Amino acid sequence: MPSEVLQAPLVLEYPFTRSTGAVIGAFLTGLREGVICGVRRADGTVLCPPLEYDPLTADPLTEMVEVGQSGEVLTWAWNGEPRPMQPFDRPFAWALIRLDGADTSMLHAVFAGGPADMSTGMRVRAVWRDEREGHIADIAGFEPDPAGHR
Amino acid sequence: MADDPLAPPAALAGDVTVPEAVAGAEPVQSVCTPIRLSYTYTPGRALSRYLRAMADRRILGERCGETGQVFVPPRGVSPLAGTTTAGVVELADTGYVDSFNITRVPIERRPDLKPPYCSAWIVLDGASVGFMGLVINIAPEEVRIGMRVRAVWKPDDELETSAANILGWEPTGEPDEVIDDYERLGRAQPAQP
Repeated sequence: MPSEVLQAPLVLEYPFTRSTGAVIGAFLTGLREGVICGVRRADGTVLCPPLEYDPLTADPLTEMVEVGQSGEVLTWAWNGEPRPMQPFDRPFAWALIRLDGADTSMLHAVFAGGPADMSTGMRVRAVWRDEREGHIADIAGFEPDPAGHR
Repeated sequence: MADDPLAPPAALAGDVTVPEAVAGAEPVQSVCTPIRLSYTYTPGRALSRYLRAMADRRILGERCGETGQVFVPPRGVSPLAGTTTAGVVELADTGYVDSFNITRVPIERRPDLKPPYCSAWIVLDGASVGFMGLVINIAPEEVRIGMRVRAVWKPDDELETSAANILGWEPTGEPDEVIDDYERLGRAQPAQP
């Protein structure tokens, strides 16, 4: 029997197109227009990214509000070996970012030189793509903004 | 709303207030979210043997040592008995259509599959189970259960260790197989509980 082991590339791909609904649709519309929206809960706190229903009361949420384009890193993890289709082709950080005006955090990429440039509590600001289509990737990522303040 | 469980919630009904920067813009209503899993596939011993035989235009199955049934593609074990298969069986590249489906909707990134086309579960002569193939060189509307077919292979100089060597299955013109008795046809049947 030949000793060479057979191998072949195998790609499974599901090209889903998802209907957004009004809340997520407004969030994505905002991204295309270069603004970031959250949704306000009855107690006045703001969820960003927005949810369609209140996570505590299950009430529908309908009041979209604009939040800031800078914020604070709540926690992060260094991604030393980015995989295809990730936000950046060089090492970067995944971070939970609480944008100014929001009370919850968004998962996104932070483009920093290395883990030494990352810290919990650091300020970051959004970097927009030039070509935007209404997708979370319209925000290319976030970059450190040491001078930034609320 | 509590009175009418079928009424759409406000979040879906579009009764949502948005900031001015968004209000005037054409609303986004859908988003493409592909899921992609990229593997390097290593077939293992039984399927490697099957794929190497494919490069010689041969189709290999494996026989179950307990029931005598022949499975293709071979996996090294009998899916019915759960035991290691007893031997390799060379099958004919002819068989019959056991069931089929006509697809009239194109699939993204498969421009080679031009609707309407017919995919079928084909039982090879000597096999106890069917496997998937395209029925070609006949109008899909004329395909029928029991129709006899033969493999259409790629040209010799294009053969690889791949099931893609079989371009499809075309009618032989023989009388249709009568699918009336699985036992007579030597077909695998689920074990009775």
